[in-house]
Amino acid sequence: MPTTTENNQPIWMRRTPARQYAIWFMWFLGVMLFLLCFKVVSDNTIWEFLTDAHVQAASLIGRMVPPDWSITGSLMLPLWDTINIATVGTALGVFIAFPLAFLAARNTTPHPALRAFALSVIVSSRSINALIWAILLVTMIGPGLLAGMIAIALRSIGFVGKLLYEAIEEIQPTPVEAITSTGAGRMQVLAFSVLPQIMPAFAGITVYRWDINIRESTTLGLVGAGGIGLQMNAAINNLAWAQVATVFVLIFGTVIVSEWVSAKVRHAVI
Amino acid sequence: MSASNAQVDLARVAAAKGGNWRPLPLISNRNLRWGLNLAVLIYIVLVYYSVDINWARVAQGMDRAINFVSSFFTPDFVTRGGEIAVGLRESLTMTFVATVIGIALAIPVGLGAARNIAPRPVYFFCRTIIALSRTFQEIIIAILFVAMFGFGPLAGVFTLAFATIGFMAKLLAEDIEDAQNEPLEAIRATGAGWLQWINYAVQPQVMPRLIGLSLYRLDINFRESAVIGIVGAGGIGATLNTSINRYDYDTSAAVLLTIIGIVLMSEYLSGYVRKWTA
Repeated sequence: MPTTTENNQPIWMRRTPARQYAIWFMWFLGVMLFLLCFKVVSDNTIWEFLTDAHVQAASLIGRMVPPDWSITGSLMLPLWDTINIATVGTALGVFIAFPLAFLAARNTTPHPALRAFALSVIVSSRSINALIWAILLVTMIGPGLLAGMIAIALRSIGFVGKLLYEAIEEIQPTPVEAITSTGAGRMQVLAFSVLPQIMPAFAGITVYRWDINIRESTTLGLVGAGGIGLQMNAAINNLAWAQVATVFVLIFGTVIVSEWVSAKVRHAVI
Repeated sequence: MSASNAQVDLARVAAAKGGNWRPLPLISNRNLRWGLNLAVLIYIVLVYYSVDINWARVAQGMDRAINFVSSFFTPDFVTRGGEIAVGLRESLTMTFVATVIGIALAIPVGLGAARNIAPRPVYFFCRTIIALSRTFQEIIIAILFVAMFGFGPLAGVFTLAFATIGFMAKLLAEDIEDAQNEPLEAIRATGAGWLQWINYAVQPQVMPRLIGLSLYRLDINFRESAVIGIVGAGGIGATLNTSINRYDYDTSAAVLLTIIGIVLMSEYLSGYVRKWTA
């Protein structure tokens, strides 16, 4: 136990002096890095804009309140589209991620080369936001719901694939041995020893990703990939902030409901 | 277990004895199981009729899709190299500044949102902040902040910091709620003040997870910084968006590969740092 002496009395200290200095030095480096980065940001900022930021904020909020409820009815169809984008996109993504996870898990992969391939697909999909996928897809297959669905699916592959292959790697090996010892084939071993162990995790991950996808699909319309984001974009471009506020309230409500559903389902299956 | 379920189980056992074993269904309640299947079927029909896809347009776009995929094999880092470098530097600095500010603000909010150490009114106030920050996508917040603070990386820093607050504070609060109660009582019994209590009883219990989450959030913020540039909040997203709009897929591929590379590197690094601090 590190101590320091004061009036011939040992006093307790949490760390030895050397360790304390090392920690202080790390903090010093961190603060320096922060200041350096802040300088770069600050050099690229027009600080004059900030002097009236509070006026801008106040006027923005003033124009948003009260929300324009008259457009609520016309937003219901886009909201339904948004939910469809999230749901079909999740389904497509999970459909591809499921076999991919078995290729990526160390204990079920047929070949290390296939494992490396599956892992690189998972990382690429995870690194790129659904919105970027959507921009690319809109330029390729045109604006609309399909682009949104595929964008959500491409982003979901990495997320579901990663969590699922980790779940597969954490299974109990004993049922696998038991089923293998009965003379079961490769597919039978997967179906009767691995699958039952990961099914609850799989259901939980899917619903969790669906919940995230509902949030993400609300913004896909900003780049033309359908849903309520299209209406939000139109309202922002028209500077109709009262309508924007209505969209925000609807998004807030939808997200809260989807979060509640997801929490309920995950609670039920895990 | 209800009578009908017991009957089903007996039928399963009988079938199994006849050499016809079947695994247990995932959802044990029969009505719920069939109800869910039916609901999924109805939903598929509904979606099929509410989504109309312009297949001609899709077929038209296949050329571009092939161009884009093939451009990943011929990424062009050089032609727009200067713009990529500037965008990347802006993204990286923005990410770091925003993460630091976000975490610094998330720690008090997280302390306030932990039910076991915060008084009721503070708890509800902090939970409201978390809910607001978590509901809205970064891009929506970025639109608002760009409207308030003007174009440039500062709006991006505020956006990412705001999103970081909700994420970190929620997970930190959950971690504090899961903390062991004995050290909290022990430190309190020594007559420690509130700050000492947090510093010596709470902080050691949550620190490893906090470091791990901070690194994870740094990673997320970098990925998000590629997106918020699209609405004018600075960073590499602007470079990416311009290149896509010009159909300059070789540059887009270069930007995307750079992002993937940095995310991979940070994942590798964070594993290393976590091992080192644990």
